[in-house]
Amino acid sequence: MSQLSEVAISALLVISGLFGLVGSWGLVRLRDTLQRLHAPTKATTLGVGGALLASMLYFALTHGQVSFHELMISVFLFITAPVSANFIAKTHMLHHVQPEELPPTGRATGWAGYEAAGQGEGSGN
Amino acid sequence: MITLALAFATGCFTLGLLLNLYRLVRGPRAADRILALDTMVINVIALIVLYGIWIDSQTFFEVSMLIAMVGFVSTVAYCRFILRGNIIE
Repeated sequence: MSQLSEVAISALLVISGLFGLVGSWGLVRLRDTLQRLHAPTKATTLGVGGALLASMLYFALTHGQVSFHELMISVFLFITAPVSANFIAKTHMLHHVQPEELPPTGRATGWAGYEAAGQGEGSGN
Repeated sequence: MITLALAFATGCFTLGLLLNLYRLVRGPRAADRILALDTMVINVIALIVLYGIWIDSQTFFEVSMLIAMVGFVSTVAYCRFILRGNIIE
């Protein structure tokens, strides 16, 4: 393995470690729950993406076999991170944010989640 | 050099796991705990991938893929349980 590829893999590993640490540190450090939602869903996902990229590069350069498993994992994580963040925000808002505090949506329906959970009618998913 | 960078990244993600554990124990609200668990899953995936590079083996990708799927499903199930009081209606 050449010097250049070694430097590239090491840089990716260090950057991904720093991103992961920043995400977890933000989870501890930020003040509010909705603020805390920002750090792990973005920084940690990027950190894992960097680690997977480093793994892909490492196995491609040392073993000469390019595998797309890592790409699959990172695409999966990049797709699911916003979905789970949205779910966690909805969970928080249902119990700790009143509907009156929210800005108007500007359309006929209100903010999702409130009326369905309040009535238990099962109209909204 | 890769060994050193690998040790650094492993240390970072392990420290992150400990910070998540702090938020999981301390977290004043349920959303904080769900978020901490979700982040722990992501950090564990990173640790598994780094371990795969460490022992020079490609057998861990399926494991991390499975853990990613289970982590996502469990996060959604936990949130849904709190949102609706039921997971499958």
